Amino acid sequence: MMLDWLHSHKDLTGVIMGSAFGMAARISMLRSDYRQYPAYPHGKIIHLALGLIAGALGAVAVPALYNKDYTAITFLSLAAQQFREVRNMERNTLTAIDQLELVPRGAAYIEGIAVVFEGRNYLAILTAFLSSLFVMLIGWWGGLIAGALSLLLANHFMKGKKITHIADVEMAPLKMDGPNLYVGDVYLMNVGLDENRKIIQEQGIGFILTPKNDDARVTIANMGQRQAILHDVSTRLGVYRDDGDPGLLPIGKLGLRTGKLGLLVLPREKDTDKAYQAVCNVPLLEAAVRMPTEANRKSTEAKQNG
Amino acid sequence: MAKIVGVVATGDTEVGGGAPIFYAKDRDQLQTIAHLLEKVLDSAAHEVNKDLFIIVNRH
Repeated sequence: MMLDWLHSHKDLTGVIMGSAFGMAARISMLRSDYRQYPAYPHGKIIHLALGLIAGALGAVAVPALYNKDYTAITFLSLAAQQFREVRNMERNTLTAIDQLELVPRGAAYIEGIAVVFEGRNYLAILTAFLSSLFVMLIGWWGGLIAGALSLLLANHFMKGKKITHIADVEMAPLKMDGPNLYVGDVYLMNVGLDENRKIIQEQGIGFILTPKNDDARVTIANMGQRQAILHDVSTRLGVYRDDGDPGLLPIGKLGLRTGKLGLLVLPREKDTDKAYQAVCNVPLLEAAVRMPTEANRKSTEAKQNG
Repeated sequence: MAKIVGVVATGDTEVGGGAPIFYAKDRDQLQTIAHLLEKVLDSAAHEVNKDLFIIVNRH
């Protein structure tokens, strides 16, 4: 009885199922993990509401196109406009908050987060569109399968790479040579006060990141990527510093000769295992990823051809 | 660009120039003054040598 009704009202079924799957896609991609963002409940509500709108837009487009209502496509461009606004909103909020962080996220990280928020809405639209399309083409069960598949696909696309993909992370001892602080053989900074030297030796944990290839060497040298690592570790383990303590600064420095990245982190809770995990799980920033070897290869090939 | 906003030295070091110079009696007092200046000026204290510290502002 119910199924007959679903078959006879394809338009409505498509719209409802599409919206539901679009919303579900947005929910499954909305997570407040260690990044503590978006915060519960208000930040979440904004994104859930936009997710519902995205789902509905994607779902409605299909029946409209079926009924030769081609102007419906303009609605999608309206949605795109709307979601670019989301990106702006996220960027502005995070930039404003960033000035009040003890260890800032940095512009590159913020840009990455903002782009992800925009991208998730498009994936919600796509999920809704596909499931709605398959309801119209095959029937309600076709929409169900297509929706479930695109949910999986959307989650797969949203999985970014981590720092361990491009570099080997290892813990290294902090050394004081007079006022000069080293991690392994990488020079970090000059620490003047005895008090700060003591705190750094007691609380500090040192890491050395060795890039796995030449592309990684450039990526890891990016200042935004470095700041992201420091911020993430500080979020997960706290940070042993306060405003007006410029001597106690988590810092990342390159060993110029080797291309290795030396890191000093000052966690509030000195748990070396957790700190190691935190560094390993830092996302690779889109803004930081460079592929100079590929660029050089392509440009030399082009010369040979032309 | 980073700026030297203060110099702390024990009496027997030869220093001079534009930045405010604080003379300390001994190395202990040098640490105390450098500590105070670091917190007040929100600028890091760096050791040039054991008898000469500079306070550097990076903001």
